[in-house]
Amino acid sequence: MSLFSKENKAAFTNPLNLDNPILVQVLGICSALAVTSQLKPAIVMGLAVTVITAFANVIISIIRNTIPNRIRIIVQLVVVAALVTIVSQVLKAFVYDVSVELSVYVGLIITNCILMGRLEAFAMQNKPWPSFLDGVGNGLGYAYILVVVGGLRELLGRGTLLGFQIIPQCVYDAGYINNGMMTMPAMALILLGCVIWVHRAYFYKENN
Amino acid sequence: MEETKKKGFNTSSNSYTILYSVVIVVIVAFLLAFVSSSLKPQQGENVALDKKKQILAALNIRDIDGAEATDIYNKVVTADKVIDRNGAEVEAGKQGGTETGFLCNSASMKEGKLALYVCNVEGETKYVIPVYGMGLWGGINGYIALNADKQTVYGAYFNHEGETAGLGAEIKDSRAWQDQFKGKHVFAEGKDGVALSVVKKNEKTDPSTQCDAVTGATLTCNGVSDMLKNCLGEYTKFLTSK
Repeated sequence: MSLFSKENKAAFTNPLNLDNPILVQVLGICSALAVTSQLKPAIVMGLAVTVITAFANVIISIIRNTIPNRIRIIVQLVVVAALVTIVSQVLKAFVYDVSVELSVYVGLIITNCILMGRLEAFAMQNKPWPSFLDGVGNGLGYAYILVVVGGLRELLGRGTLLGFQIIPQCVYDAGYINNGMMTMPAMALILLGCVIWVHRAYFYKENN
Repeated sequence: MEETKKKGFNTSSNSYTILYSVVIVVIVAFLLAFVSSSLKPQQGENVALDKKKQILAALNIRDIDGAEATDIYNKVVTADKVIDRNGAEVEAGKQGGTETGFLCNSASMKEGKLALYVCNVEGETKYVIPVYGMGLWGGINGYIALNADKQTVYGAYFNHEGETAGLGAEIKDSRAWQDQFKGKHVFAEGKDGVALSVVKKNEKTDPSTQCDAVTGATLTCNGVSDMLKNCLGEYTKFLTSK
């Protein structure tokens, strides 16, 4: 099987659109709501989940034939927990302010349904390379929704993107005010609902 | 999982399962220990830098990045002293110091080792006092900067571990809330003990020492009041001496 055969491509591209973990499977939205009040934590969280799904998928896929069936969920959890702890330590060492902002949500990646779902549904049955693509695809599928929601919330709630002022002062002078509601978690749910609605209406075609 | 049989293992036997879990746990434990110990110095630096930024925030020097913070801290803080409950100096500290008072935490406060940052902001002496307490969900802490009269608050900064975003977390996130401490007095005339506190708007009796609580975060704000009372109380002798 070549590296980019049809199946492998599908493993990577399906989670971006047709089988998107957030938009279609509605998995992992707890953290998607919590960390999207600004763009920067949304990007970091998206990257962290991508890295962890990719590597957890590869590791589980490599050892899939040796895992005793009765403790497979525990083995998956150990692998995920180890990776999450490493990522959290790295964040603390190199981007301290982001790690403070993400606080408990990095730890909560362990319980992110996307991870366990992909490990159990894909990595346990597939070879390392397709598993890696599947992990990256799912991570990115999760990440870009976070970025969209985080970007919208920061832009409308604070008038900035990544901390830089986007909405010019003259607009404020003309009477525009930032929508404080956007910084609340409730608006993340509503925005996410809108994103799912748009996706279903324009980009998503039922397979059957 | 039928294919595993051909390798000669019986992956569902008890001994294999136990051995497998032991091996994987030991591998993971070594890996995590290695990562943790190799990243520790870097993390320690970040924590120290964050602490410097918090101390500067209490002095109303905010929105600065890492390298700047260290420079300003070295310039502004003239000594990180340790004093005792009688106000006597235990350790002198030094300019921009990070080795005496800077290392104190809530445990050393209980032992009677009180950290005191003597600072110089635009030619005026300021004292920064660290405070530690409990919020609703976890620890809270803060830094209170006082003017040279040891009576008037110059600025305040609060931090928390896990208060609710939008409610208790406002003690850290809302600059306007922290700013209302400016100009308040630590002690009230004719009363014993620390009077500086946070109370509900309609229960305010003395605007010179009381600040507005955060709506919806009564328990966190009670925590802030207790923290101010307990920790500033330890410094009473120092603060009331002329």
